[in-house]
Amino acid sequence: MANSIAPQKRVVWDGNMAASQAMRQAQIDVVAAYPITPSTPIVQNYAQFVADGEANGGEFVMVESEHSAMSACVGASAGGGRVATATSSQGYALMVEVLYQASGMRLPIVMNVVNRALASPLNIHGDHADMYLGRDAGWINLCAFNPQEAYDLNFIAFKTAEDLNVRLPVAVNQDGFLTSHTAEVVEHFDDADAYNFIGDFVNKNPMLDGVNPVTYGAQTEGEWHFEHKMRQNHALVESLDVIKANFDAFEKFSGRKYHAVETYLTDDADEIIVCIGSVFGTVQMTVDKLRSEGKKVGLVGIRVWRPFPKDEMAAAIKNAKSVAVLDRSAPMGTTGALYNEVAAVMVENGISVNLIDYIYGLGGRDTTAEHVTGIFADLKECSDAGKRVKPVMQTINLRGKTLTFY
Amino acid sequence: MTEEHLLKGWDEFEAGAVLHSFEGTADQHVHHINNSIQHSVADWRAEKPVFNDEHCIHCQFCWVYCPDTAIVPKDKKFGHIDYVHCKGCGICVDVCPTNPKALLMFTEQTPDEEAVRNWPAKETKKDA
Repeated sequence: MANSIAPQKRVVWDGNMAASQAMRQAQIDVVAAYPITPSTPIVQNYAQFVADGEANGGEFVMVESEHSAMSACVGASAGGGRVATATSSQGYALMVEVLYQASGMRLPIVMNVVNRALASPLNIHGDHADMYLGRDAGWINLCAFNPQEAYDLNFIAFKTAEDLNVRLPVAVNQDGFLTSHTAEVVEHFDDADAYNFIGDFVNKNPMLDGVNPVTYGAQTEGEWHFEHKMRQNHALVESLDVIKANFDAFEKFSGRKYHAVETYLTDDADEIIVCIGSVFGTVQMTVDKLRSEGKKVGLVGIRVWRPFPKDEMAAAIKNAKSVAVLDRSAPMGTTGALYNEVAAVMVENGISVNLIDYIYGLGGRDTTAEHVTGIFADLKECSDAGKRVKPVMQTINLRGKTLTFY
Repeated sequence: MTEEHLLKGWDEFEAGAVLHSFEGTADQHVHHINNSIQHSVADWRAEKPVFNDEHCIHCQFCWVYCPDTAIVPKDKKFGHIDYVHCKGCGICVDVCPTNPKALLMFTEQTPDEEAVRNWPAKETKKDA
């Protein structure tokens, strides 16, 4: 029903402003953060909201490092309350130890991660090295492809993290600079509507309840650890149902619909590109152009990176002849992490397509419609040959002699 | 090691390895499985504190400073040492202000009577 959708105003925000405005509207109790490029404006904007009395009572904790930032978030969240932060790259890497603490203690912290390359060599620009680094840390990972999605996914992140059947931390990923610093039209809600979509924070075993004292951070040796980690993994895998239910609720609220796996013209596509992040828009534009030339091409985007939506991925690619997976991180000794997920889904479901991995965009390297057109041309060659006639893993827009692997 | 009948399956305990200190609320129950009062840490000690009544002035510094409430007072005086919960950290000895001290560390196997017999004499100020 169109008339039940919340009223929205159109503004021009970049991804960082979109994320920080969503944090303000979520009425967070504690934000502990240490600014780092390219997510600095999220922290800066939120601190400004606090200083101006616009943060709805939120407290901003200044810390001396990202390790301390996430540690303070863990303490605040265990104490009881809505908690969030933001980081990128080296800061994310410094947080990693504590990311595992947060998820193991089942704390519903929300973190905006503006994806950036990892040193060395030092690089401030976007790729997915940090997101891939935290892949096994037990966090739900949602991926925004543009500023509007960075705004929207924050509300879904809080609602999912705090669901009593989930109680897991959630990272909202967006591409460094290409999303975080690109100003686009964003439709935003009124403060009250935005808050009401998430709802009041519900405490579960808060440490600051003196009548019901609890211990967080227990030690579990051989006789307990396995059971605890598998319970956590069960909760993470099962959280996909809650995420999807929240996508549905968000559609009713906003009119915008998200899916665990986003698909674009895949139903009859022979060649499909699977990707994460801002390159989705570049591929979408290329698909439109190639479709206008009569080519049956399609696009799949990963909205939920963890828990990985295996069934949705299988449904998206099962009728294709050839599939290219784009990995924006140096795989260092094997094929890319997203390629590996897609390959596993193929084996599990008996899907037989020609599968190729493309490493692209490291350290902010451009990936253009021409590059994407070239990928679709590679896939078409494979489809016509009825087998993979290209190397397993290739590189896009890399200088020097053509470099392929396997 | 946890006793066999206390071990639970992956879906049977509190998520997040959260431990409740009490069954019910804190004002209802004191003793519970997760309460350390039921667990002996005596075997953590290499040395034990021994008390010598002869030198004690009952200042109760040891009672205040003991991190494990293992100094048990009686009528606002030193009572006894709870050797089940004493980890042998030696803080009670360190804070004891008398000369000689009323609490000293001895090896675990030294009988208390022998320790008291071998108690050091009062230290005198050495000339500069």
